[in-house]
Amino acid sequence: MKIPVTTIRLPTRPVREYESRFDREQSLLKMLAIPIASVAIASMITALPIFTKEPLLPPLGLLMFLSWRLMRPGLLPVWSGVPFGLMDDVFSGQPFGSAGLLWSLAMLFIEIIDSRAIWRDHLQDWVIAAILIAAVLMGGLWIAGMAHAAPDPAVLIPQIILSILLYPLAVRICARLDSWRLAT
Amino acid sequence: MAPPKHRRPGFSRKAQYGLFVTYVVAIAGTIVAALLLAISVADPAGFSALRATGAEITAPVARMFSNVRRSAQNMNATVAAYINAGSQNAALQKQAEVNRKKLIEAQALRVENARLRGLLKLSEEGESQVAVGRLISSTSSSTRRVATLSIGRNFGVERAQPVRGPSGLIGRVIETGPTTARILLVTDAENLVPVMRASDGLPAFSAGLGNGTVLIKPLNLGESPFKVGDVIVTSGNGGLYPPNIPFARVIKKTSDGALAIPYADPGNTPYAVVIRPYQGEARAAQQAVAPDGETKEVAE
Repeated sequence: MKIPVTTIRLPTRPVREYESRFDREQSLLKMLAIPIASVAIASMITALPIFTKEPLLPPLGLLMFLSWRLMRPGLLPVWSGVPFGLMDDVFSGQPFGSAGLLWSLAMLFIEIIDSRAIWRDHLQDWVIAAILIAAVLMGGLWIAGMAHAAPDPAVLIPQIILSILLYPLAVRICARLDSWRLAT
Repeated sequence: MAPPKHRRPGFSRKAQYGLFVTYVVAIAGTIVAALLLAISVADPAGFSALRATGAEITAPVARMFSNVRRSAQNMNATVAAYINAGSQNAALQKQAEVNRKKLIEAQALRVENARLRGLLKLSEEGESQVAVGRLISSTSSSTRRVATLSIGRNFGVERAQPVRGPSGLIGRVIETGPTTARILLVTDAENLVPVMRASDGLPAFSAGLGNGTVLIKPLNLGESPFKVGDVIVTSGNGGLYPPNIPFARVIKKTSDGALAIPYADPGNTPYAVVIRPYQGEARAAQQAVAPDGETKEVAE
C-alpha cells in the first residue's frame, strides 16, 4: 500500500513521458497552492460587502489556518504564522503586524502542545482551537487598543462564541480541500 | 491523530539541523512581526499604502457583490411595495398632509434665517460635496469600525473629509487609495464627534462604543439631561463636520449621558457623500500648528 503524502515534498522519481494508470504522483502545484490559497481567500472574505454593527464576522482566515495546522500536523511549517498573519493584517483593519505576531505565537503554542499531547482526537483539537481563537481575538483587541481607542472587551463575546462554533465546519472544509489536494 | 514523522528526524544530522532551523526562523519571524507591530502602533498611518493596495485588489469583487446586494434589496422593496400598496397609500397621504404644513413652516424659517444671517453679516460656508460613492465593505471581524468607500483620490477624496449618507453622518476619511478610501465610522471608539441636541442646541460629544451604538456625553456636568427619543445632530464645533447633519437617536439614558443609535446604518445606506470639511480654512490653520498625525486629537 502506498503511504499518503501529507507533507510538501518534491516528487522522488523522474517525470514520465506518458500518464501512468496506477501509482500516480499528486500535482505539486495543487499540493502547495490549495492550503495557501484557502487561508488567503478566507482572510479576504472581510473585503466583501458584509456590514455588522459590532465585530461579529468570525476571523475566517484564522479558522482555516488553525484547521490546516491541527488537521494536518507537519504540513504548514512552524514559521508560516508570520506570512499568513501579515497577509491577514492587510485586509482585517487591525494594526499591521498584529495577526503576524499573534498567529505566529499560536503556531508556537500548538508546537509545544504537539510535544506534550501526542495522540489527540477531534474534540481535543477543538478545545485547543477554542483557546487560541479566544486568545487571538482578545490579543487583537488589546493590540488595537495600544494604537487607537478600543471598545469594551465585552463586544468580542458573540464573535468568540460564533468562531468557536464554526471551527468544526472549517475543519470539514479543510478535509474536503485536503482530499482534493491529495487526489491523483 | 498520529504525530507527524518530522518531529523525530532520526540520526540524520541534516534532518536535525533542518528542523532546528525552522524553529529559529519561526522565532525570528515572530520578533520581526512584533517590530512591524511596534512601528504601526507608533505610526498608525504608516502601512496605509499596503492596506490601500489590499483594498484596491479586492475592490472589483466587492463592487460586484455590492451591486448584487443592492439589486436584491431593491427587488425586495419593489415586491413589498406591490403587496402593501393600499395601506401604504393611505398612510403616505396622511403623512403628506402633515409634511405639507411642516414644509410651509420650514420655508418661513429659512427666509427668516437668511434675513438674520444677512443682518449679522455671516458668510454662509455651505455644505459642498466632493464626490458621491458607495460603501463596499467593512472590517466586520475586527474591533475597529472602518468601512471602504468605492471612490478615492481619482474623485478628489482626501484625508479628514466628512462622509454622510442620505439619513445621517457616516464618518470621516482616514486613508485614501487611488480608487478606494477607508472611512472611520462614527461607531468606532476613536471617532469623537461634537454634537448637540436638535431641540435646544445642548452641546455634547459623541464617542463610538464599537457595538453599533454611540455614547453621547453632555459638556456640562450633572445629571443626564437626555430623554429617550431625543434627536442628536452635529454641532459644527471644531470645524470638521458641518452643523445640523442628522446624527443619532437616543435609546437609553445613562447616569452621565445617553446611549444613541446613529441614523446612518453603513449596511443599509444607498450612497455616501464625501463633503468638504466645514470651515476648511480655519482647520487648515489649526493643522499648520498641530497636525493630525503628530498630536492626539481630543476633539474635532
